[in-house]
Amino acid sequence: MAYKLIGKDFLPPDVVAKVTGEARYAEDFRAEGMLFCKLLRSPMPHGRVRNIDASEALAMDGVVAVLTADEVPSFPPPQNPILTNEPLYAGEPILAVAATSETLAADAIEKIKVDLEPLPFTVDPLDSLYPGGPNARLTGNVANVRLDLQTVKWDAAAFVEADRGKLPMGPPAEEWQFGDLDAGFAAAKVVIEENFVTAGLSHHSMEPRSCMAYWQNGKCFVHGSSQSQSYVVPGLANYIGIEPKDLVYIAEFCGGGFGSKGSAYPVMSIPAHLAKKTGRPVMMRITREEEYSLGLARPAFQGWVRMGFKADGRISAVDLYVVHDNGPNMGFWDFRNAGSAVSIVFQPEAMRWRGISVLTNTPPRGPQRGPGENQIAMAIEPLIDKAAHELGLDRVAIRRVNAPDNDAKYGAKQGPVTSAYLKEALDRGAERFNWEERKKLSRRRTGNKVIGIGVASAYHSAGFSGFDGLVRITPDGKLHVHSGVGNLGTYSYGATSRVAAEVLGYDWSNVVIVRGDSSKHLPWNIGQFGSNTSFTMSRTNYVAAMDAKQKLLEIGALEAGGAADDYDIQNEAVVRKSDRSTVMSFADAAARAAKLGGKFSGAEVPDNINPLTKAAVAGLAGSGLIGVAKDTLPKDGVTPALSVGYIQVELDLETGKFVIQDYVGVADCGTVVHPQSLANQIRGGAVMGFGLAVSERLVYDPKLGLPANVGLYQAKPPSYLDVPAEMAWDAVGKPDLANPLGIKGIGEPIQGCAAAALLCAISDALGGHYFNRTPVVTDMIVNAVAGRPQSYRPLQVNVQ
Amino acid sequence: MSDIESRPLEPTGREPMVAEPADGEGVFARVAVNAAATRTTRREFIKGVIASGAAVAAASYLFRGPAGTAQAQTRGAVERLVSLRVNGKVRRVDVLPQETLAHTLRYKLGLTGTKLGCDRSECGACTVMIDDVAYYSCSTLTHSVRGHEVTTIEGIAAPDGTLHPVQRAFVEELGPQCGFCTPGQVVTAVALLKANPSPTVEEARVAMSGNLCRCGAYDHYLRAVMRAAREA
Repeated sequence: MAYKLIGKDFLPPDVVAKVTGEARYAEDFRAEGMLFCKLLRSPMPHGRVRNIDASEALAMDGVVAVLTADEVPSFPPPQNPILTNEPLYAGEPILAVAATSETLAADAIEKIKVDLEPLPFTVDPLDSLYPGGPNARLTGNVANVRLDLQTVKWDAAAFVEADRGKLPMGPPAEEWQFGDLDAGFAAAKVVIEENFVTAGLSHHSMEPRSCMAYWQNGKCFVHGSSQSQSYVVPGLANYIGIEPKDLVYIAEFCGGGFGSKGSAYPVMSIPAHLAKKTGRPVMMRITREEEYSLGLARPAFQGWVRMGFKADGRISAVDLYVVHDNGPNMGFWDFRNAGSAVSIVFQPEAMRWRGISVLTNTPPRGPQRGPGENQIAMAIEPLIDKAAHELGLDRVAIRRVNAPDNDAKYGAKQGPVTSAYLKEALDRGAERFNWEERKKLSRRRTGNKVIGIGVASAYHSAGFSGFDGLVRITPDGKLHVHSGVGNLGTYSYGATSRVAAEVLGYDWSNVVIVRGDSSKHLPWNIGQFGSNTSFTMSRTNYVAAMDAKQKLLEIGALEAGGAADDYDIQNEAVVRKSDRSTVMSFADAAARAAKLGGKFSGAEVPDNINPLTKAAVAGLAGSGLIGVAKDTLPKDGVTPALSVGYIQVELDLETGKFVIQDYVGVADCGTVVHPQSLANQIRGGAVMGFGLAVSERLVYDPKLGLPANVGLYQAKPPSYLDVPAEMAWDAVGKPDLANPLGIKGIGEPIQGCAAAALLCAISDALGGHYFNRTPVVTDMIVNAVAGRPQSYRPLQVNVQ
Repeated sequence: MSDIESRPLEPTGREPMVAEPADGEGVFARVAVNAAATRTTRREFIKGVIASGAAVAAASYLFRGPAGTAQAQTRGAVERLVSLRVNGKVRRVDVLPQETLAHTLRYKLGLTGTKLGCDRSECGACTVMIDDVAYYSCSTLTHSVRGHEVTTIEGIAAPDGTLHPVQRAFVEELGPQCGFCTPGQVVTAVALLKANPSPTVEEARVAMSGNLCRCGAYDHYLRAVMRAAREA
């Protein structure tokens, strides 16, 4: 279908501010009389506060207040606390100080005497599962979202083979199975069984999560750093202890989140609490070092997988076990996503998934780009290569024979998908990369240098439904798209707003996007996370625009007689269907709507929309024609974002250093909405994937529970020099079947496929060597080349 | 911009620039002389700064992160009024001996386009030009730039708002994603093209490599640098 706006590049309205320095992030705001806050953070991985003596600090001139855990709302364990009297990781905030200067606040922190009782701790999930092993919390060692906090110890017998590298597999916390696993393995010609370890890592958002808050006329104003806008409001209001209507949340720009700023997070409420206590605005600047502790991290895996392949490469059975390091709190469900991802990317005929989410005294975990899907892609994809080698199959062909299509099945319940074009993505990538020719370079050696070629796929679910869209046509004829989705940096707030303009036939120059501040009457939208914005927000903006269109036609009928059906829209005017003659401009129709009242002006709203959207409409009522609707469009099944990466590396066998020579990323993201941004996402996701695969990790000292890397130079996100100067991209472009414009998201798998493809290429260069862990760093490569044992035990975590 | 920038600080309308001093004490002595030479009193100047909203109270912010550094920062530290040339204008500001340029720019001169991503020379978000050379302002002492021309992201576009070719190219190639590292990337690119107007991609890549981008927009930034070189 030919669109006027969709699929075309545009100038996102916020991009110029980013290149001029005018874009204002949370820490760029100031307020009259502003105080500064610093956090007193735990020096140990687990402890109990016996006493706090802040008298000396409070006596200091300019120190205004001390805020402790006893003064802020508390939430049932294992939810993330705001402040705590039982710190569960090194660097956890115990209390906060507000002072007239930040220097003074930092000085005051040093004057506060906190009597801490050290408690047992663990930084290795398997240690905690061992009989008599330490628990991360006094009340248990296993928990997750929808998994109650409990204590689990496995029988010592489960650990007998651990030293030889076999993952202990005691009773899982959760499991599912479909198909006949035994029959699947019996039918297999090749069975591959391996353990794997994937390290946790910081999100490394360039903007630390600084925050400023003040109170005015009973409302709390917060300038925060978040991926999302409306979605943050209820959660943050809850952390502050107020009703959502009493919170004004401003987040026009966000300096990166990658999952760690998708929802409200507890520390962002600290300035609000201190501002309430002191009666003055409070700024909390978070440092890079603090970001490494309270800024969330990706869960780590210790896992085991057994896969059966038939002679044609078809995967007949998968048996997967994931021990998931969840940090000390509620964490995130990466271990579940790992199972779902394998089920959809490889469509196994039978599969069992087992998992357990174990608590450790390391940073709280949260979703990070492709949570679970990307770790498992890194573990599994090199094994697909191994099977292809043993079966004498082409590595693209073996992926193609297993790849999902529109009849694909998903997850434990083997439910349907709304579209899947992974085969087409593999084909497109093979063509762009020139796979047939390029694979001849595989393992070609010149001196110390050897070429490695890799291909890999990845997945994330890419769409929600049930959120509200809100548009407004004002009497000046402008279309205002009210977006509460947030501004993560993908420009998808803008790209999906163009859907409303497309539906109403608007010239883009007559469209205003309203966003960035909850007082601007923003609807209830999903957060900007989970690869979902493109799918979800295109639907919500579509239904809102369709509502506006219907109202325009009805106003046409009121104006010129007949029924709404007799009218159409064209060139921002209502026209007669019969002769295309103009009845009235959108501007006049908007003025008429304001006078008409009722549903036209927003005086009446649909019953099924969220209270937040109702409040937004109430604020706009009477100012023009309101289009507002909840997305109730059909959606049967999961909407998969799928992607494929093709890569070539040249690896130096003497030094273990490698250079990525070429990368092609291909997305199955349905109809392409904004090509230039998609290109930037595919390339940028690949960069982040390379870091995930070969350099980034959190390391905790097992003796002290303290972090070994609290700086960018230690945790190593990729720089310009670690990645190719140019990377290629493409998209399948086939529309999704559950989105009115065929759009679906893509943000996460484009990282996972690049990470996994790189690992496949490194393995290829080394003759098919499987490393059983990520990141794969140069000394591991050197050891592998020399045939030396690695410096770590097989399932060891916290490997530097 | 603020009134203070357009108001002449001395009858000639031109602030005497100070050569790089031999030692720290010399800095302060020269500052005192130069401050006295102006007809704007210190009190008037401070009032002007406050009225302009361009600065907050001196030393409100802690620089260089961890709490352990706070003691060293405050004890015995005395602010001195200095003149800085920032974005072609003379800015007069109270500066601590150990104060970083990023700190002065962001928190005293209100130039918040310069970002702090790490505050320890790792990420490049704070990059500014000093005499047309890119520097990490988080790790440059403010006193050390007296007598030099400092250019921040706010000084890259023309005074009438016309974007610099680098900025235009960054927009056209959709360089920024989240945008937090972008001011530093723009400044580094401008500095590169001043020194080397026609870089190869490889030269540009090396020149830009001190600026991290977690969104991974390196490819698009490089395309923008090359476009700017072509179109400048």
